[in-house]
Order: sequence, then structure tokens, then C-alpha cells
Amino acid sequence: METTPQFFKHGPSSLVRLVFFIQLSLALMVVDTHFKYLYEVRQTIAVVLYPIQNLAYLPTAISNLANNFFIARDLADENAHFKQQHLIDSGKLQQLSALTIENEHLRKLLEATPKNKSKAILAEIRSVPRDPFNLTIILDKGSQNGAQNGQVIVDNLGVIGQITHTYPWSSEAALITDKNHSVPVQILRNGLRSVASGTGKYKTLELNYMANNVDIQEGDQIVTSGIGDVYPSGLPVALVSKVKRDISSAFAYIICTTIAGVDRNKQVLILSPQLPPENLMDSANIYLEDKESEKNDAH
Amino acid sequence: MTPTNYSKEEITLPAKGWFIILSLLVGLLLNLLPVNESLLILRPDFVALVLLFWGVYQPQRVGMSVAFVMGLLMDVVNSSMFGQHALAYSVMIFIVLLLRRRIHVFGLLKQAPQIGLLLLFAQFIILLTELLKRSDFPGWHYFLASFTGMLLWPLISLLLKMSHSSKHDPNAL
Repeated sequence: METTPQFFKHGPSSLVRLVFFIQLSLALMVVDTHFKYLYEVRQTIAVVLYPIQNLAYLPTAISNLANNFFIARDLADENAHFKQQHLIDSGKLQQLSALTIENEHLRKLLEATPKNKSKAILAEIRSVPRDPFNLTIILDKGSQNGAQNGQVIVDNLGVIGQITHTYPWSSEAALITDKNHSVPVQILRNGLRSVASGTGKYKTLELNYMANNVDIQEGDQIVTSGIGDVYPSGLPVALVSKVKRDISSAFAYIICTTIAGVDRNKQVLILSPQLPPENLMDSANIYLEDKESEKNDAH
Repeated sequence: MTPTNYSKEEITLPAKGWFIILSLLVGLLLNLLPVNESLLILRPDFVALVLLFWGVYQPQRVGMSVAFVMGLLMDVVNSSMFGQHALAYSVMIFIVLLLRRRIHVFGLLKQAPQIGLLLLFAQFIILLTELLKRSDFPGWHYFLASFTGMLLWPLISLLLKMSHSSKHDPNAL
């Protein structure tokens, strides 16, 4: 009684439609993971949904404002603390500028290429998707604000991730702990180079293919090595939290814990190395390809 | 106010198109709200819940195509594979369209476990596509979202029913 009788129903039957939609979505998934054709479609949808995304952020923004209002009395304390910190920092900074000049001189003497300087954009983490599978964050700065694919995200403690998709007013960044992501790194203590790959688990990285007798200890700090020109060198990445040397396997099992936190409502910096964007993309792609081939070799 | 008091006529009154779209967008908004880690695990998929509601009560308006489009929107805002949620939602709506007469018979509280199973099925499809992409199994707590979705079903469907039937009461009389 409630629905129109089958006689008057137009269009294909629901089973046919189901099969059509299943095929379409499977095709979309394959195209999205292996090719880049759907980038514009995603971008358009993201622009259309931007007001909703903004609206969803509103409660957080309001609670932030309210918090700011109520914590005004703590400001004096905070101010004093920052002043002290500023004095310490400026002392260090003076040394740094002297060191930078000295370094430049030495590099000129050695005829080495100058290190890349990077500029930074301040951004805020908008949201963390509900999906447990992809470790990404959404930032409130997009291509209109100068964000580009492949740029590096850092906070005050260390590296967070890398921009993977840019939309006009927002961008998506993969965390360094993402399973498909790796960072060229160096052990701070002895300059040993390696590649830190994400594990897909919260705050956990892995150093792959390091020999069993490698000189890495628990507590070692890992910084970016700057090789590949995507990540500027010397950014803190993680601390080695576990080293397991198993004689029966060829490689040591090394687990690291990232230093930077990815909690909500945090300001982050988008660093852009002074490289043409094409190079940036290329080097990012080379990493991904390298990692894929490495994986395939291992299997 | 027991849910079974709603007469068939009232339930099958056509909801306005804009109201359906609005409810779906509100569902999307609720899915996007930034929350902390522990709530993130518990948060049900509001878009799926709203789609299921309209699938049960307005199958002429909300079918697989609407579910597919909402799935694509979800994929973009969730930065997941394009087509992943679209697949899960359209299969889920297909099943609810098959079972909707049966679901109709029960009261809201008895509908909840069946809806929970459908949500679980949608999550399972998403998990399957991720496992095919060689992602790791995220742990059993991943399915908690369906459980909270099941608990929220009576509340959400009551809200949607009241808001769309109250709007139509003057017209009906």
C-alpha cells in the first residue's frame, strides 16, 4: 500500500543499480589509489563543503575564545615565563647567528652548496578525521595561503608530517606515523643515516633495514638528515624507544616514539624549503616509490 | 508517545526535499566535529544513521544514489579513499530497502539492534577495503562506533520523525 506498485516503477531494478554502484565505487577506489586523476574532483567537493567544515570548527573556536577570556589572570605568570624564555633564547640566537656566519664561511672555503633556508607559514590543526586507518590532519591553510603539496609540518617540538592534498583554504597532511610515509633521518649522537617509516600506530616509527650490530641505543634522538631536500635538516623527529637485536634475523628491530604531539587545537608551522615546487613533488614521489620498491624487495 | 503510536499514514507522509538534505548535512557536520581521542572511537557515523532513517521511512526519496553521493562527500571530508564510504553506504541502503517493511513492524527500540547490524556491516565493508589496501587491523574497538550508533538510533529517529511530522501536521489536517 505504501509504495507504488511494481507495474508503475520506472528505471532499472534495485539489484542492477546496486551492482552499478558497487562497480563505480570500486573503480573510483582503484583510480584514487593508483592514479591522480580524481584530484580535481576531490578539490571541488572540498571547496563546496568548506562552509560545513568551518561550521564544525565553530564550537571549538568559541570554547577557545571562552578559555582565553577566563585564563586572563594566568597571563601575568605566562608573560614572566616567556620573558625568561626569551632571554635564554635570544642568548642562544646570538650564538646561532655567529655560527651561521661561520658555517657560511667554512662552506665557502669548502665550496660546498649552501644549506636551504626555509620560510614558514603559521597554521592551525582544524580536525582529525574519524577514520582509524589514515593518520591525517586537516590544516586551516590552503593553496591560497601558500601551502603546497610536499611541504613539511612541524610544531614547537618536532616534525609532525607532510602536506599531501591542498585545497584552496585548507590542506590535508599525512602524519609521519602514517604507514605509507617515511622520513630520511640521522642519529644525532653519531650521524648515522637511516629512513624512519611510519607504522600506522599512534606516535610510533620504525627504522628499517638497520644491521644487527648497528650503533643505536635506546634514548637516542633522531633528527631529519635533509637528504632529498624535502625535509630541512636538523628537525627533531623521534626518540629511539626500543632496540631489539635478534641473531636469527638480518636486521635489528628499532622502534622510535615521535617527539611532536598531534593533539587538537595546536598551532603548527608549514615549512617550505626554497625549491621549485616541481622538484619538491618529484623528491616526495621518489621517496614513496623508493619505499614501495624497498617493501617489495623485502617481501 | 510510544513509537508504535505513529500511524502508517503519518510515517509515509512525504518529507520535504530540503529537510532531507538539511538532515544529511547536519549528519555530516556531526561527523566533522573535532573531538578528543576517546570520543573519536565512540562517535557513530551520523551520516549513515540519517541515511538509514530516510531509507526506512522515505525510500522513494533516499535510495542508493543519495547514499552513494553522501559516501563520496564523506570520503572527501574524511580524507579516505575516494569511493570507500560510497560503497559501504550504497550496499547498506540496498539492504535496508530490502528489509524496510520488516523493520517498519518493530518499535524504535526493537529496530535498534537491526540498525546496529547494518551499521556494523557498513563498517565491515570499509574495513575490508582498507585491509585490501594492506592497512593494519585497527583493533576491535573500531566496531564500538556501530554500538553507539545502535544506542543513538531511537533518539535520532524520534527527533527526525517529530521534526518532519510536526511540519506536515497543518497540511494533513
